[in-house]
Amino acid sequence: MSRPILEAKNLRVAFNGVKAADGASIAIHDGEFLAIIGPNGSGKTTLLNICTGYIRPISGSVLLDGNDITRMSPRAIARRGVARAFQIPQLFSAQRVVDNMMLALAAKDGLWSAIRPLETAERRDEAKALLELVGLDGDADRISSTLPEGHRKLLDIAVTLALKPRLLLLDEPTSGVSALERFPLMEALMSALRQRRITALFVEHDMDVVARYASRVLVWNAGNIMAEGRPDEVFGNAQVRERVVGVA
Amino acid sequence: MRIILAAAAVVMLAALAFAAPWLQFVLTLAIAKGFAALGVAVLLRAGLISIGHAMFFAASAYGAAFLARAGINDLGLLLILSVLVSALIGAIAGSFLVRYRAIFFAMLNLAVSMVFYALCAKLYGVTGGTDGLPVPIPAVFGIVFAEPVFKSILFYLSLTLMVLVGLAVHRYLDSPLGHALSAVHSNEIRLEYLGIPVWAVLLIAYTISAALAGLGGSIAGFAIGRVVPDFAFWTASGHLVLIAVLGGIGGVPGAFIGALFLELLHSAAVTVTDAWNMFVGITLIVVIMFMPQGIYGLFERKEAQSS
Ligand SMILES: Nc1ncnc2c1ncn2[C@@H]1O[C@H](COP(=O)(O)OP(=O)(O)O)[C@@H](O)[C@H]1O
Ligand SMILES: [Mg+2]
Repeated sequence: MSRPILEAKNLRVAFNGVKAADGASIAIHDGEFLAIIGPNGSGKTTLLNICTGYIRPISGSVLLDGNDITRMSPRAIARRGVARAFQIPQLFSAQRVVDNMMLALAAKDGLWSAIRPLETAERRDEAKALLELVGLDGDADRISSTLPEGHRKLLDIAVTLALKPRLLLLDEPTSGVSALERFPLMEALMSALRQRRITALFVEHDMDVVARYASRVLVWNAGNIMAEGRPDEVFGNAQVRERVVGVA
Repeated sequence: MRIILAAAAVVMLAALAFAAPWLQFVLTLAIAKGFAALGVAVLLRAGLISIGHAMFFAASAYGAAFLARAGINDLGLLLILSVLVSALIGAIAGSFLVRYRAIFFAMLNLAVSMVFYALCAKLYGVTGGTDGLPVPIPAVFGIVFAEPVFKSILFYLSLTLMVLVGLAVHRYLDSPLGHALSAVHSNEIRLEYLGIPVWAVLLIAYTISAALAGLGGSIAGFAIGRVVPDFAFWTASGHLVLIAVLGGIGGVPGAFIGALFLELLHSAAVTVTDAWNMFVGITLIVVIMFMPQGIYGLFERKEAQSS
């Protein structure tokens, strides 16, 4: 396989003695849709925090295209084409849905025009297209805080797509999204990723979603990787079935 | 609709000042404070309250006094240079102040402005101490006018600047940079993850807000003919916050509406009774409790209903 886009090596992090990462290493390659599964509190979100520069590991390193980014800020890493959707959506809640989108689009094309308005016809069209993709086109002019939880989640994902990333990190994209909207969301997401050639890593707790969409699965447990492989391989593993998937 | 309303208000002010020249001084001062309050309102967008912006108001007026003493004698040039002085001080102070939030930001602004005030009052040899410095009447396009004529020119110039600068600030707030500024209030984490440097967004806003306060300060200096340390006193800063809240942070006109309202109320309250502070206090209570969008919000709501 080619050199990985993102590689995390020997990560160690602990909070008050709880090890959220205990010497774990991961790598994600071009074109993958890598799922990370594991029990609550096992350190999956922490892994994303480390990979995006939000927290620094005690030891270990994160490489993006072979360059060390362990000590970079989230902003610097974002500028290198890594976008992140959060487990708890991070929105500009007092702003309209479409303004959230257009600000992300503007961040990409250089924010620094202080004279031209944020809202241009092109930006609005582009924002609308992405909102349509995730099924929020009817809500463009709503204030984001008035969206139901599941729709805020969709907006958070649409915002990351507006950044046109090379690598997208999604933290439980389907949590809070109703069962009815879950598969349409995943279909839309997959088609967007393929169309835009975005590599993605997603933390997920819905095993049906993982089984259907992941190209590879990592099982995270107590700060370490317990198993790894294609979905059918991983779900065939008795230990994983017992400890993580929760079926006997 | 909103444009027509604003244009009508400006024309009315011009006509009012023409019909009652004795009002010109009050109106000029109101516009001057409106500029400074607009500076405060810009920062309010990011959820930052500065209780020190009178410093930039004063700095610019002192700048005009110093520059006049150094031999610069043109109104336009003095205005531009003195605003640049306050913008520069704003950029320097801002570069460390914008790292702070909430009460820390408010208090640090207050602290810096108190140091500035003390320097103005104590450095007698430079600033004239509590007597302050004269701001002499400058030439306008090479012509030195008599005082009443100059004051009229100053008023109509202020009115024109109010419209032009107001439009420019409106465009800024509507631009990506302006939206990013409001976004600081909503969610700094998301801004960082969009790759937007929060400190740069805030530093630009801070510098603009200092320049706006400076423009107001220079105009006030020319209108009064003198600058004194009290320009920078913390109560003056508090007054600017009051105007910004009163006017509402929703739109640019709010700051000017708030300033005009307060100045006119002040004139009336002082001549009729001396219960000025009580009137202001009651007004503020009413505005905060019943009009959280400020006085300007009344116009916006009307428009929303009518459309
Ligand atoms: N900033 C933090 N401060 C203290 N403890 C934290 C912090 N972030 C995560 N933790 C702890 O680390 C562990 C892993 O959390 P997290 O990465 O959120 O797990 P997951 O996303 O797999 O549910 C949990 O025990 C959590 O309480
Ligand atoms: Mg998590």
